[in-house]
Amino acid sequence: MFKKSFMKTAAVGCIAAVSMIGMSQSTLAATDLVVYSAIEAEDLARYAKTFNEDHPDINIKWVRDSTGIVTAKLLAEKDNPQADVVWGLAATSLLLLKSEGLLDPYKPKGVEALDKKFVDKGDVPSWVGMDAWVASICYNTVEAAKNNLTPPKTWKDLLKPEYKGHLIMPNPNSSGTGFLDVSSWLQIYGEDGGWEFMDGLHENISRYTHSGSKPCKLAAAGEIPIGISFAFRGAKSKAKGAPLEIIVPEEGVGWDMEATAIIAGTDKLKAAQTLVDWSITKKANEMYNIGYAVVAYPGVAKPVKFFPENLLDKMIDNDFEFAANNRKRILSTWQERYDSKSDPKKK
Amino acid sequence: MSHTTTLPDTDTAPLIRPKTSRDDKIKAVFMAVIGLYLVITLALPLYAMLSKSFSTYSFDLSNFEFQVYKIDSWSEPVTALSLNQKLNVVTPAELSTSSDGRLGVTAFFPDFSFRSITRYKIRQINLDSSFLVGSERIADTEWHEFSSNDFRRVVLRPSSSTGLDNYKIYFSTPSLFKSIENSLFIAFVVMIITVSMAFGFAYALNRSTMRFKGVFRLIAMAPILVPSLLPGIALVYLFGNQGMIKGLLMGQSIYGPIGIIIGSIFFTFPHALIIISTALSISDGRLYEAAISLRASRWKTFWTVTIPAARYGLFSAAFVVFNLVITDFGLPKVIGGQYNMLAVDIYKQVIGQQNFEMGAVVSVVLLLPAMFAFSIDRYVQKKQVAQLSAQSVPYEPKPHKRFDLICLFYSLLVAVFIMGLIGVCQYAALIKFWPYDLSLGLSNYNFEVMDGGGWGSYFNSIKLAFFTAIAGTLMVFIGAYMVEKTNGLTTARSAFQFLAMMPMAVPGMVLGLAYIFFFNNPANPLNSIYATMGILVICTVTHFYTVSHLTAVTALKQMDREFESVASSLKQPFYKLLFKVTFPVCLPATLDISIYLFVNAMTTVSAVIFLYSPDTTLASIAVLNMDDAGDVAPAAAMGMMIFYTNVAARLIHIFITRKLMIKTQAWRVR
Amino acid sequence: MNEPSPSHSQDATVFLQIDNLTKKFGTFTALDKVSLDVYQGELICFLGPSGCGKTTFLRAIAGLDIQTSGTVIQAGEDISALPPSERDFGIVFQSYALFPNLTVEKNISFGLENEKTSRSDINHRVQELLEMVGLSDQGKKFPTQLSGGQQQRIALARALATSPGLLLLDEPLSALDAKVRGYLRHEMKALQRSLGVTTVMVTHDQEEALTMADRIVVMNDGVIEQVGTPTEIYREPGTLFVADFIGAMNQINGRTTGSNQVVVGETTFTTQKHDLEANIPVVVAIRPEDIVPVEEGESSPEDNILDMTVEDMEFLGSFWRVSMSNPLLGKALLNADMSVNAIQRLHIDIRTTITVELPVDRLCVFLAENE
Repeated sequence: MFKKSFMKTAAVGCIAAVSMIGMSQSTLAATDLVVYSAIEAEDLARYAKTFNEDHPDINIKWVRDSTGIVTAKLLAEKDNPQADVVWGLAATSLLLLKSEGLLDPYKPKGVEALDKKFVDKGDVPSWVGMDAWVASICYNTVEAAKNNLTPPKTWKDLLKPEYKGHLIMPNPNSSGTGFLDVSSWLQIYGEDGGWEFMDGLHENISRYTHSGSKPCKLAAAGEIPIGISFAFRGAKSKAKGAPLEIIVPEEGVGWDMEATAIIAGTDKLKAAQTLVDWSITKKANEMYNIGYAVVAYPGVAKPVKFFPENLLDKMIDNDFEFAANNRKRILSTWQERYDSKSDPKKK
Repeated sequence: MSHTTTLPDTDTAPLIRPKTSRDDKIKAVFMAVIGLYLVITLALPLYAMLSKSFSTYSFDLSNFEFQVYKIDSWSEPVTALSLNQKLNVVTPAELSTSSDGRLGVTAFFPDFSFRSITRYKIRQINLDSSFLVGSERIADTEWHEFSSNDFRRVVLRPSSSTGLDNYKIYFSTPSLFKSIENSLFIAFVVMIITVSMAFGFAYALNRSTMRFKGVFRLIAMAPILVPSLLPGIALVYLFGNQGMIKGLLMGQSIYGPIGIIIGSIFFTFPHALIIISTALSISDGRLYEAAISLRASRWKTFWTVTIPAARYGLFSAAFVVFNLVITDFGLPKVIGGQYNMLAVDIYKQVIGQQNFEMGAVVSVVLLLPAMFAFSIDRYVQKKQVAQLSAQSVPYEPKPHKRFDLICLFYSLLVAVFIMGLIGVCQYAALIKFWPYDLSLGLSNYNFEVMDGGGWGSYFNSIKLAFFTAIAGTLMVFIGAYMVEKTNGLTTARSAFQFLAMMPMAVPGMVLGLAYIFFFNNPANPLNSIYATMGILVICTVTHFYTVSHLTAVTALKQMDREFESVASSLKQPFYKLLFKVTFPVCLPATLDISIYLFVNAMTTVSAVIFLYSPDTTLASIAVLNMDDAGDVAPAAAMGMMIFYTNVAARLIHIFITRKLMIKTQAWRVR
Repeated sequence: MNEPSPSHSQDATVFLQIDNLTKKFGTFTALDKVSLDVYQGELICFLGPSGCGKTTFLRAIAGLDIQTSGTVIQAGEDISALPPSERDFGIVFQSYALFPNLTVEKNISFGLENEKTSRSDINHRVQELLEMVGLSDQGKKFPTQLSGGQQQRIALARALATSPGLLLLDEPLSALDAKVRGYLRHEMKALQRSLGVTTVMVTHDQEEALTMADRIVVMNDGVIEQVGTPTEIYREPGTLFVADFIGAMNQINGRTTGSNQVVVGETTFTTQKHDLEANIPVVVAIRPEDIVPVEEGESSPEDNILDMTVEDMEFLGSFWRVSMSNPLLGKALLNADMSVNAIQRLHIDIRTTITVELPVDRLCVFLAENE
């Protein structure tokens, strides 16, 4: 009698344990496509919905996280890829993945229509761009007025002593945006000039954040008057009512793009190619334009509310290859020079 | 006397090999299963991490050959190594790099100009490494020909080997090893302050007759119910640039050591308090009577009786606090600013730079002080147990008006500190847009439009906490039972005991990272649990195994050791005893374990930060990510959701415990 | 003091045959080649100081700590290597090990529950056992609601529930106060005798052993010093250790001279026959109650008459313990127990001199240890 109930308990326990481990494992139907992405959380559903209007047979399983984490994930899964497609990840990251042989080159239908800037230079492109993600300065007018600051017009303006302690930028070692800024400065001013500029900037920086959108959010919240971040984030905060001005420095601004690629070794190549084909259509680009002022398909972009208007002209001719191939070196130099802000007095 | 005649001395008497009973066999199997679980979820991942820290990347110059087309013919092939020996353009230190290292080749050709018409060929001799043209990866052993303009785009990629290079790099990079000093400094300062504060509070609770002791005790425990990074958020609202009482800092920035220290005091306070309060409550009242009869002053009694009696508790609390602070990740991440700490370095290396090897190195570095503090704590705790004597008479405090008033005032201060930080978070969560729109509303609870996984992450957390509590309690209790109540198998049991103690010495970040290395390996048959709720449950159970195990062992030790003997003499299987007697008697301890696991699963950040997947985002991680993205108010809102959930869980726990006590523990009432 | 029970005769059946039992814990030998036969139905007591190995011996018999070598045969079956669950015994521990969350009834029925026995049979048997230990009305209570003595009896009832062939008692009375202990000794002995269950009891209390046991096994340092009825153990201790451990004993160092003579100081005592060679250091032992005062006018025996000076007197209720000395014996003091009557009649007081006889048949001789 007792034995029976013991066995029963044991059986229930086993079932519970098995179902617990099994339950969150995603079961993939033939048309399920695992898509890794760093697109803003709020846009995911809209993108999938618009895509499904044309391809209802492909079901997107989003795996979303910040750029750094998605990249780390893809690299970690190098020998055991879990993703079929990457849709909406920084080109800099995709270059890194490409150099590890993780991407499956594919020339999507209609790629000729895209701005060349937005297509990988390989014979068969490994990735295609979607939209640009442009650096800019978020300037809190209320807090600036409290501190008697004048709005900066150029990057070099930020070196003025009046901004001392009023600047925040992302740490390039943990933020893609931060690296974008650093690599753009090195391209604008040349290597030596770039580091010299950053030496000066470092003196004025209050602290470096881990995330790229945080400086702008902090500026929006008045935690700091000036945050070096990217235009998209600034526009969003502005829309929420933050007293922000988005400044595009005259020297030009660094940018990165969100791009799409197929992961080598996917067993759903056809569906993956369908998605990539669609991702560069005019319709898709119009969809990107809802959040981003600069998109890959020429002539599609309409001005986006709260976005600075001259943005496209100010984008530098970004050498992604330079950025990718010198990333390690740039980051360790940066770390050596600035990554102990905690005790500047000791220097 | 005739029947006692001993046989002649024969040392060759055959040894008896005891027959193993069915019970013992079943027990051994259970113990082996749970032991195996700990090996798989702890020992092997740590080993994987350790070996990762020795996995190095360096440029193998001997593996690359060049040819240059000059005038009308190709030069003889020459390796990069011999070029470098001639030119000395790359130092040995520059040769060791990380997995994403790149080395331009033009440096080996001093007269290189990208405008010249010289053509170059490059190949690698064997397949160990690769090189890039731009971002195009070439891994074959063919010769590849380039124009000067393209040749400048060629970079070499490192090949992997094993060695100590990563450690060399770590200790020669000041910005990295500075973190050791920072972490030790913060942990030490917090240790001193928290232990002193908690001692004062525990003293007031145990040695005064002040009022509201119950309320104070409850408030002091509140920090356990929130993620460690929540005080960081509160501090931003209090002392940030827009802070409510920013002036109190007199121009100092809250982002940095000050913020970390204040926040750490908040979240370590209850841990220290529990230990010190226990130490004070067990001290012997007779010693105080003796002191009074000797007319010793209060002050003298304090130093000659109170402190020595509580010393082990103080030591133990100190090391626990030290360990908590040095391994904490959430708080320095939120409020640390540029002040680097080891746990955050791991995150930065892995997530920011995808440098897993260096992440593993920092993990090993962090493991050392944590293990050290842990082993000292274990040593001290053993001593404290020995100090307890059965004859001790509990100390009964007597009213003393002035002293009671001071105690009340001090406890009030601490309570205000704790409730203040929690209150600020709740307030921040309700404000629409700090500091520009101070009207209240619930807009910050609209998690769906934020990073971090929305409300889904909250429900995931509850799911995780629930599964962790159930699976963990079962496993811990059965494991502890087998270790405590099995005969023989001494070696196996002490091995199990060692495994069960290990998790406490392993910082969460280290465990999480070790899990990536171990479970995210396609060759691992357990790979399929990666990125599921399963791995989060396993990780959380393992992370909090030690304290649960000790609780279970303590409860089991209080059981009569002869129950098993009686049951077997009555020919009843051990599981009948387990279910009818042992488990019911230990039910209160079991419930304690499950609530401990539940609360910690709700608040943990460090171990699971590397392991959650988009389907299994967690509330505590959402707090971190929302704060990271600058959505500080929603982060506070989510943090408070965790707090309320844990409060509710606690209340339910108390309710169930009471009910069960009445129902099944009737025998406790005489 | 018990007279030897009838069950203890040489032709009684051997129920438990223990042969050459050795138990080692690491390098420490807790039991050293111990052999013993236990007869059907007897109550045998393991007696000795703490650490002598008596509990180890009991646990080896139970299979709780199986011996390193040696055999145990119970009712003709070799059970040497069997785990406790495959042996036939009931056990009562010093702590009783009653299950605290089960009622008295549930405690007793714990061993009765199996697929074969019906609930009503179990209830019937539980009632029977409760009556047997005299606690019929306590069945619904929890152990903590009972007194120590009651708990002890419940533990006994639980151990006897399955009618085991062997009952093991590990210090069953030592947790009780003296009065209850005295009463329970009697009860348990009566119960054991009426059930006729072979019983092995471990105790460090010689009074308990002497009053309850049919036979006593005196143990020391992992070996058996002597096995015998309580009277044998008391009256004829086989070793100096037994003599010393049980009851009070005067010990005087001396040397042998003849096969029944020992020289102490300048006096020669006639003793029991010891058959030792001459001039061997020995200890002469005599119990205080065996020293007899010789009254004036009595026809005095030939041997072992001494004039002693009373040094000290201690009143112990029913008798006086008188400490006496004689220069001929060196510094040794002799203790003699004398009735209150004798003290008055002989006018014994401190500093008085009395003549005592050390009866020849009460003078035991043991080899001296390490001298």
